[in-house]
Amino acid sequence: MADIIQVKRISKYYNWKKPDEVRALIDVTMSVKKGEALVLCGASGCGKTTLLGVVGCMSRSTSGSVLVAGRDVSRLPERFLGDVRRKTFGFIFQQFNLIRTVSVLENILLPLYPGDLSMGQMKERAGRILARLDLHDKVRTKVARLSGGEQQRVAIARALIHQPQVIIADEPTAHLDSTLASELLDILSGLKREGKTVLIATHDSFVSGHPMINRVIHMRDGRIIDSSDS
Amino acid sequence: MIRLLKILEFALSSLARRKFKNLSIIVVYSFTIAVLASVLLLTHSLKKTALAVLVDAPAIVVQRLVGGRHELVPISYSRIIEKIPGVGRVHPRVWGYYYDSLYHVNYTLLGINKGQRRFAMVSGKTLTTDEQCIIGQGVAGAQHAETGMDLLLIDSKGVGYSCEISGTFKANSNLWTNDLIVLSNEALQGFFGMPDGLATDITVEVFNGREVALVAQKIKRLLPDTRPITIDEILHTYTSIFNWRSGMMLTVFTSSLIAFSILAWDKATGISGEEKREIGILKAIGWDTGDVLTLKLFEGIIISVTSFLAGISLAYVHVFLLDAPLLMPVLKGWSVLFPRFHLVPYIDGYQIIVLGFLTILPYMASTVLPSWKTAITDPENAMRGV
Amino acid sequence: MRRTSCFLGIIALFLVHLALLSLHSRRVQKLWRENELPETRKLVHRLALTDVALWTEARYTRNPALADFFTPFQDFPAAFEHFPAGSIIAPTLPAVDSRLSIDTTTGRTRQ
Repeated sequence: MADIIQVKRISKYYNWKKPDEVRALIDVTMSVKKGEALVLCGASGCGKTTLLGVVGCMSRSTSGSVLVAGRDVSRLPERFLGDVRRKTFGFIFQQFNLIRTVSVLENILLPLYPGDLSMGQMKERAGRILARLDLHDKVRTKVARLSGGEQQRVAIARALIHQPQVIIADEPTAHLDSTLASELLDILSGLKREGKTVLIATHDSFVSGHPMINRVIHMRDGRIIDSSDS
Repeated sequence: MIRLLKILEFALSSLARRKFKNLSIIVVYSFTIAVLASVLLLTHSLKKTALAVLVDAPAIVVQRLVGGRHELVPISYSRIIEKIPGVGRVHPRVWGYYYDSLYHVNYTLLGINKGQRRFAMVSGKTLTTDEQCIIGQGVAGAQHAETGMDLLLIDSKGVGYSCEISGTFKANSNLWTNDLIVLSNEALQGFFGMPDGLATDITVEVFNGREVALVAQKIKRLLPDTRPITIDEILHTYTSIFNWRSGMMLTVFTSSLIAFSILAWDKATGISGEEKREIGILKAIGWDTGDVLTLKLFEGIIISVTSFLAGISLAYVHVFLLDAPLLMPVLKGWSVLFPRFHLVPYIDGYQIIVLGFLTILPYMASTVLPSWKTAITDPENAMRGV
Repeated sequence: MRRTSCFLGIIALFLVHLALLSLHSRRVQKLWRENELPETRKLVHRLALTDVALWTEARYTRNPALADFFTPFQDFPAAFEHFPAGSIIAPTLPAVDSRLSIDTTTGRTRQ
């Protein structure tokens, strides 16, 4: 299967060339195949969140290149990256990053506002996802009033609504008990069966050991130290 | 188009989340614009009204100056002026000011020939004797007098002078006649103690409007101690006297603009951490920089356009339907005798457009520009509030 | 899109309101020009008036068109400023050769 993501010798330094320089990624090279489920493993601060951010076009690497579907996005101007994010990636953040004063439905619809679908079509699509994730009775509830698990599901729904090719999840089970974590992995597993590519950053062995995972990449101190098939 | 409408919907939703703050901004903003627009509407209306009426003012008014001070003019000057080609009727005017120490008001006393036909804007009769007068509404109010009663004044010799009020100017002429007391020329000359052969000034009719300046120059040459004031100069006074760029209107206008600038500056200097985070989230889930800026632009447009339209509506109602109760005291100041009048609703579209330009655009800029930096930042940094 | 419809509806209402005010303005202007203006002009002409009677505190505020630069200073030494009339009325520059002309048939000014 073709590589959907290729990362070539990327490094990411914060406060580069300053006394308080932090080297979050050092010379990282990896590739992700279409339809693959890949886990980035490592202790806190090893660079897995940073790597996901660079891959998902949330931030830029200091050096190196990132190819998404064969296109080099690492030096693309910011004004074009929105298009890449919208068409390719669905990001599930560790802290959810939902707009807390807005309802569940509005949060989920957010990625579709700049697109060409009518409001009716947007709501129809949201309705299907809400039913799938068992959120249909929370449609008008403000996110601030939801439990951690419910917010997680809203974050997933928002990541899926624009039908991205790649799902990126950063520590998706961090705020979930084992039952909810299991449900989440079932959802991601279903998405993988639909042909989506899944990238997960976690230090939870329950996730890295799940049957849907194809490969586990271990990181330490900003470098890849091991890559093994699951 | 659908995309823009959807972003507009989200902008409205975004503003509705901070309902009280945004409603307060709209209220203050509308009020500021209403004040500014009221000043513009009031001054423009007064100017247009004055100009529309004063086209029938005398073509030339000839004053006499002695030692730089305004002095009475010999009536014999009229005969010299009459001989100038192009000059029509030359009429010496007797008029002056009178201070009523009892009511602490100034009146303007004006003399006319007895036996003229009735004035349409007078309720009552015209003057037929030296013991009659016609008064303005302001005089009537100050003296608690009306047609048929007697008006008592003190003449230049300190002697009481009584005249019967034969008529009162109607209220719709207040702007011109509020403080007037019209007497016969003979009565007024006696009242002021004016020597025979002298008048306050001389009005000159000129047949051809284009020759007014030329005739004025000739008068000045023939009578060097005079100061001819042409109709153009009278009208010029009124094109600039209610100019919003002058005097206290400028102060009111400037104060409002400064208040508004503070409002816009407060917005421009601070995009909150919460707003930065929101922009970061929108970028992260696929909004372009352009989409984010469109959102912010719409937020600015919604507030500024709504406030502008509300402010203009309020200003019109305030000035032309309610007779500017908030501005009139400013205009009146310490005037004891200030006319009550209805303003004719003249609107200068150019001024309104300039006002819109000066208020809508800066507010939109103050909404978009602070978001610009965050909108072009990487989503990761934006979400962290960097 | 409920909110958008509401907002556009409000704007439309404002615009309709302003259009009505504009019609009101034209109507009142027309009535004034037809009914009051001719009589007021006749009055001003017959009485040879040169100024509006807004501020009656001093000569230069009552008859600003007949005042000149030094008129305010003629009241007396240490005279108080006549407020706000003296502030509102800015001195107009002498316009001996004025470029302002009037059309005596319509009453409109031209520059």
